[in-house]
Amino acid sequence: MTDSPILALRGVSKSFGQVHALSQVDFHADAGEVMALVGDNGAGKSTLIKSIAGIHPIDEGEILFEGRPVSIGGPKDAGRLGIEVVYQDLALCDNLDVVQNMYLGRELRDRLWRLDEATMEQRTRETLRGLSVTTIRTPRQLVAGLSGGQRQSVAVARAVMWNSRVVILDEPTAALGVAQTRQVLDLVRRLAEQGLAVVLISHNLHDIFEVADRITVLRLGRSVGEYAVAETTQQEIVQAITAGIPAAARSNGEAPV
Amino acid sequence: MSDAAPTASDSIPAARTDAPQSVGAAIRDFWNGLRAGDLGSLPIIFGLLVIVVIFSSKNENFLTAGNFVNLMVQMAGVTTIAIGVVFVLLLGEIDLSVGFVSGVAGVTVAKLVLPDANQTSAFVAIAAALVVGAAIGLLQGTIVAKIGVPSFVVTLAGLLAWQGVVLLAIGEGGTIVIQDQRILDIANRFLSDRAGWLLAALAIALYAGTKLLGILGRRRAGLPSGSLAVVGAKLVAFAAAILAVVAVSNRDRGFPLVGVIVAALLVFWTYVAKRTAFGRHVYAVGGNAEAARRSGINVDRVRIAVFMLCSAMAAFGGIILASRLFSVDTNAGGGTLLLDAIAAAVIGGTSLFGGRGEVKSALLGALVIVSVANGMGLLGLSAGLQFLVTGLILLAAVTVDSLSRKRLAAVGR
Ligand SMILES: Nc1ncnc2c1ncn2[C@@H]1O[C@H](COP(=O)(O)OP(=O)(O)O)[C@@H](O)[C@H]1O
Ligand SMILES: [Mg+2]
Repeated sequence: MTDSPILALRGVSKSFGQVHALSQVDFHADAGEVMALVGDNGAGKSTLIKSIAGIHPIDEGEILFEGRPVSIGGPKDAGRLGIEVVYQDLALCDNLDVVQNMYLGRELRDRLWRLDEATMEQRTRETLRGLSVTTIRTPRQLVAGLSGGQRQSVAVARAVMWNSRVVILDEPTAALGVAQTRQVLDLVRRLAEQGLAVVLISHNLHDIFEVADRITVLRLGRSVGEYAVAETTQQEIVQAITAGIPAAARSNGEAPV
Repeated sequence: MSDAAPTASDSIPAARTDAPQSVGAAIRDFWNGLRAGDLGSLPIIFGLLVIVVIFSSKNENFLTAGNFVNLMVQMAGVTTIAIGVVFVLLLGEIDLSVGFVSGVAGVTVAKLVLPDANQTSAFVAIAAALVVGAAIGLLQGTIVAKIGVPSFVVTLAGLLAWQGVVLLAIGEGGTIVIQDQRILDIANRFLSDRAGWLLAALAIALYAGTKLLGILGRRRAGLPSGSLAVVGAKLVAFAAAILAVVAVSNRDRGFPLVGVIVAALLVFWTYVAKRTAFGRHVYAVGGNAEAARRSGINVDRVRIAVFMLCSAMAAFGGIILASRLFSVDTNAGGGTLLLDAIAAAVIGGTSLFGGRGEVKSALLGALVIVSVANGMGLLGLSAGLQFLVTGLILLAAVTVDSLSRKRLAAVGR
């Protein structure tokens, strides 16, 4: 839907000692679309998004944001570009409440260097409401007391609160029941409808075929290929994941709507 | 992106932690918190009551104005050191060096104000001792944060090393007597009755003012601002406590200057812990360091800053102790000081596991430890028995902490 993707990776490689977690990976995410990232355990999915988030510096290749090469040295850099990540392990502080987690590391302050709790709470309420997250009773509740789905909602809400352009979700439904998975998938779709580029990592192909527009398959740290959901089947994706068989004939161009 | 959302906040009910909507709701929140394992200051207030009942029934001197003022002066040093320890515990770290860091600071001040060729003013001496403390914290914190040596080991090494420094600086069996009146005033001066009342009025006004501003701020943001009755009840309780303390003090020597200093430190560090981004980051690092790091918090910097403030507060405590004893000797910062300071923080309700606790636990815990020591001293009981009892109290406090942690974990998720 746009001429150039918001986020693109070209030939990115990353090793941990002897382990080549990523080698020569290409990847992109476009505004208003959900790009699914799939692959077996250890394929390098988490490593890929940590590279984008600036948690691990990449060894090789380049990251382009809106067509310009950028260097992302840490979570703050990623945040400044408008890239937000919701990690598999959520990375919330159980001992803090919802508002405190939403603003962690980016607290609003008044002139006296004092935390502006009132504004932070108000915006948290607005964000949760804007995403139709109704299950969280009060934003002053400790995160320790939330259910898995509620925690996921907090993590997602936190990611989209910053006028972000790209939101990356690492297995957001892995630990959830049916109803909670439903909530999160709806949320994912809403984010794309609001014009964000969404990257979704999941093992559940059924979920992916429901919400994603495109699928990138990783295998043993390499990209097998990119598939448009409308033009592929679950079998084809399974084969790509397990055997690394790339799509036979595909135009790697625009996504059909 | 959600700026267009309406400001009414009906879909999300009132906040639990800071704005119960009625007295009934406040009591219900409190009860729910208790059941979830969040005991707050309840065990300690109960413990203090027990202590007061036992000692005052055994010795008529325990519950007197004179002994009350003594208590305040006796606990000032430990409380000050324990404030720093609270921050280190919040990180989930430990600082075993605070005792002898306080000793080093005491020696620094005593030496600098000695009436010899390089005598300095009391002010300069105090500043120098605090800087020495912060520098020690910078060193120890950097080793912990950047090299990754466990704080237990780094500060154990510090415990030995700074004890060595105290010994070297004073010389075997030596004592440095402090003659500087300004330094001695710190722990040995008392406010006039009128100054005491004035200060109490100021404290109450400050408390009421901040509460009021908080409510107004929430109203302005369109948030539920809580029940005025609850806030009013808290204000009355606070005012009654302050006025009682001053009234009792005034029946004896008056409110101690060192009490004012410790109160100011408590207020300041509570503000830092609860109202600043730095304080928030301390809790975050203690709760989930990886989450803090991914949120862009400079975890190493937070750790180093906390070790610095802990050592600086230890130094402050050392100055107070030196002033109270009129001197420093080779034992400065030794004895049970370190364990008392750590025990105070823990008994006061700060978790050893990081992320949970408050600055005020330094005061509450020190109150328990010092009143036990004071009461048993009045009864003429041996030091051995004192250690035994304090040890049991500490064990009870840590057990409560562990149990409530388990309970919280069971309730959460
Ligand atoms: N911090 C790390 N240190 C060493 N090896 C790592 C690290 N993170 C990931 N790896 C390795 O990199 C490979 C890819 O892991 P990961 O990106 O977590 O896969 P996925 O998320 O697709 O399951 C695995 O072999 C894993 O063991
Ligand atoms: Mg993973």
